[in-house]
Amino acid sequence: MTQEISQIWVYLAASPLLGLTITLLAYQAAFALYRRSGNNPLANPVLIAVFILVLFLTLTATSYETYFAGAQFVHFLLGPATVALAIPLYTQFKRVRSMLLPVLAGLLAGSLTAIVSAVLVARLLGASASTQLSLAPKSVTTPIAMGIAERIGGIPSLTAVLVIVTGILGAVGARFVFDAMKVRDPAIRGFAIGIASHGIGTARAFQVNEQSGAFAALAMGMNGALTALLVPWIAAYLMNIG
Amino acid sequence: MISALSALLVFQLAGEILARSFNLPIPGPVIGMLMLFVALVVRGGPGEELQTTSQNLLQHLSLLFVPAGTGIMVHLHRVSDEWLPLLVSLLVSTLATLVVTALVMKLCQRPPAASGETP
Repeated sequence: MTQEISQIWVYLAASPLLGLTITLLAYQAAFALYRRSGNNPLANPVLIAVFILVLFLTLTATSYETYFAGAQFVHFLLGPATVALAIPLYTQFKRVRSMLLPVLAGLLAGSLTAIVSAVLVARLLGASASTQLSLAPKSVTTPIAMGIAERIGGIPSLTAVLVIVTGILGAVGARFVFDAMKVRDPAIRGFAIGIASHGIGTARAFQVNEQSGAFAALAMGMNGALTALLVPWIAAYLMNIG
Repeated sequence: MISALSALLVFQLAGEILARSFNLPIPGPVIGMLMLFVALVVRGGPGEELQTTSQNLLQHLSLLFVPAGTGIMVHLHRVSDEWLPLLVSLLVSTLATLVVTALVMKLCQRPPAASGETP
């Protein structure tokens, strides 16, 4: 009997079916919890699903590579979903156009703050130079951030972790920050969350409000481009004054 | 749904090809998004099918980050030496970015010669 079970396990562990299935199940459980909490940002579905999956993979001693062989089918959809962000952006285009100045000013201020504050705080606390450089692009979507980290001498795989954690922190904390600041405009709330925490923040924004989501998507795209341009210069400057 | 999904993939593919052939720092899907946006402006909006498919896809955008997020387990050891400065830096920086962005936008939005709008 135990031998049979272990044989089934050997089969399952080698096929992509398991990785795909547990990803969907973990997400459904996380999402149900999130809904039950009344969409409380503290019950962020990405955070909970990742926690469940890491626990499961660790307990069953399954490698991430094996898991990802199945989960890649979900991961792949990130590409078309990113393209699909053009539709809410189009729907909200009128509002975006009427807010051109706040959008551009917010982009520049937010992008600079994200880069400089991360590097300086880490330096103040004694982090190594390569760690500081890995932190610089942490507010933009993973492929851009890893590309930047590689170019400026950071550690791309460390940057990948920092990007995910930043996304979750922003998605979890944004509501409390905005409420404390009495910022109620869904466009501003969405844009700021997109600048600070890229796609994971954008996903949260879409769950709250379509206009927030559109502005978050806009912010994420613009900040990705701007950060790719700014970080190499800023990093060189910050590393010289150190 | 199939035609809408195909359209999204075609734009992604086109974006990917542009990004690679011009060695752009922006990922292909983001360029695909920009191109689809331009196409929508030219065409005067998405069809019903594209509208529904994209809505379904974006409703569960957070699901799509789960596989990459789980990858944290592979690289967690990189964080272990310097976890405190990293965590504090991320917390402070994310908070500061949210506050600064929202504040700057709020300030820029209010025209100096205020209209008679009540808050």
